[in-house]
Amino acid sequence: MSMIKIKDVIYEYLRKNELGEVEETVQAVDGVTIDIEKGEIVAILGHNGSGKSTLAKHLNGILKPTKGAIYIKEMDTKDEKYLLDIRQTTGMVFQNPDNQIIGTVVEEDVAFGPENLGIPTSEIWERVEKSLEAVHMTAYREHSPNKLSGGQKQRIAIAGVVAMEPECIVLDEPTAMLDPVGRKDVLDAVMELNEKKNITIILITHNMDEVVFADKVYVMDHGKVVLKGTPREIFSNVEVMKQYGLEVPVATELAYWLKKEGIDISTNILTKEELVEQLCQLN
Amino acid sequence: MLRDITIGQYYPSDSSLHRFDPRTKILGTMIFVLSLFLGKSMIAYGFATIFLVSAIKISKVPFSFIVKGLKPIFILLIFSVTINVLFTPGEPIFSWWIFTITKQGISLAFFLAIRLIYLILGSSLMTFTTTPTALTDGLERLFGFLKIIKVPVHEIAMMMAIALRFIPILTEELEKIMKAQAARGADFNRGTLKEKMQGLIPIMVPLFVSAIRRSNDLAMAMEARCYHGGDGRTKMKPLVYQKRDYIAYVILGIYLIVMIGVQIFL
Repeated sequence: MSMIKIKDVIYEYLRKNELGEVEETVQAVDGVTIDIEKGEIVAILGHNGSGKSTLAKHLNGILKPTKGAIYIKEMDTKDEKYLLDIRQTTGMVFQNPDNQIIGTVVEEDVAFGPENLGIPTSEIWERVEKSLEAVHMTAYREHSPNKLSGGQKQRIAIAGVVAMEPECIVLDEPTAMLDPVGRKDVLDAVMELNEKKNITIILITHNMDEVVFADKVYVMDHGKVVLKGTPREIFSNVEVMKQYGLEVPVATELAYWLKKEGIDISTNILTKEELVEQLCQLN
Repeated sequence: MLRDITIGQYYPSDSSLHRFDPRTKILGTMIFVLSLFLGKSMIAYGFATIFLVSAIKISKVPFSFIVKGLKPIFILLIFSVTINVLFTPGEPIFSWWIFTITKQGISLAFFLAIRLIYLILGSSLMTFTTTPTALTDGLERLFGFLKIIKVPVHEIAMMMAIALRFIPILTEELEKIMKAQAARGADFNRGTLKEKMQGLIPIMVPLFVSAIRRSNDLAMAMEARCYHGGDGRTKMKPLVYQKRDYIAYVILGIYLIVMIGVQIFL
């Protein structure tokens, strides 16, 4: 049984003009089929307007597919009676850290999810404790979220999801508004959750360097999945990626240009370290 | 200018008044306000003064900080005192043109001023010693009985809590917008009152647009975290009365009885 089964999902919305008349029907997601297993790290790539965020919002029932179906552990997201179970199973972290923190104190915000689930008080305290530890934010538990940096706020948001004890976390461009340090902290926290708690991670992004660690990558364009595979398979197609308006990691791009200039180097390179090794083997 | 207003702020400290249950403090404030309207004699106000001063002493909030809270009502105070002094009929003491100052007028104005000042001091003391979260929690529990007549108590409390959380974020945004407009030549300090008012439009419109966008995002984030109203919700920090709260209620009861007694027998 797969953790998440996305089956031929189509999501349509109506674009209206200023008078409220329907101009056209837009298919934000157009026939997407993806299977995700427990414990995997899956990255969904795409430029703005490719439908990746719309697809992400389907994964915990915020949006319902126009056609097709999504099953979270065999629960249909269209079925209202599973809604809370689905939202507890797949937690979601959004782009803007300010707009998803509800509490006026860090620990109260982390407790928001468990409170909604009706968890007894003593267990809420335990969960808050553990979740803050998991993202290394225990020292800030009594602070006001307004005084934290973007990366710290985003880790609080992740802790808030972890406190609901989900099996899967969907992160919708979690680092888009962060500086490089905050970005690294957030990604490290996410990878650690995957490793230690075997939580399935679905990372929606347009930043290539974040995709390198993924088990599987799906590239979306105009609502369709256009490429899928491991990061290595995906990024070896430098020209195809550029065609979809996407960059490849810097190391891969450099190797690509070197090869084009006639230097004998593999383009199957993702990280700086691999590039260094390859370059040192040249004579 | 906005920063000068101390009413509604929280003053962090570690006094026993801070540690009381918010419900105790809310009810205590209500009893105090009620007593101000009961008492009409000097003795009654004497008791109210003792009560207020000892509460301020216990709270460890500096007196000067509390008095600052009176600033915004200063004009209102002057205005209502003047009206009362000048236009209350009764035994004349001094007369000039159409104005007559009467004995009754002076006493009425005096009591009105005290009442208004004590009212502000008492209620700001409550907000100084109670965090916004505790305050909304307390209000939610105290007015929980209104749910029977379909008043959405939980929803109102949640809205208050979120509004309080977003005040600093929106203030920051307001400053950003004002700077952006100033960078393009807007001047908020010059011109007639009408021009100043019109100058506010390019500030308020973007602020509202952004606030609506934020609320949209927040609603989605809350739903994603299984928020489904107040039913079946538990609390990380539930309100539980401690021994000191019961003692406080006894003291409040005695105070109220004394105030009623003074009014009836003296």
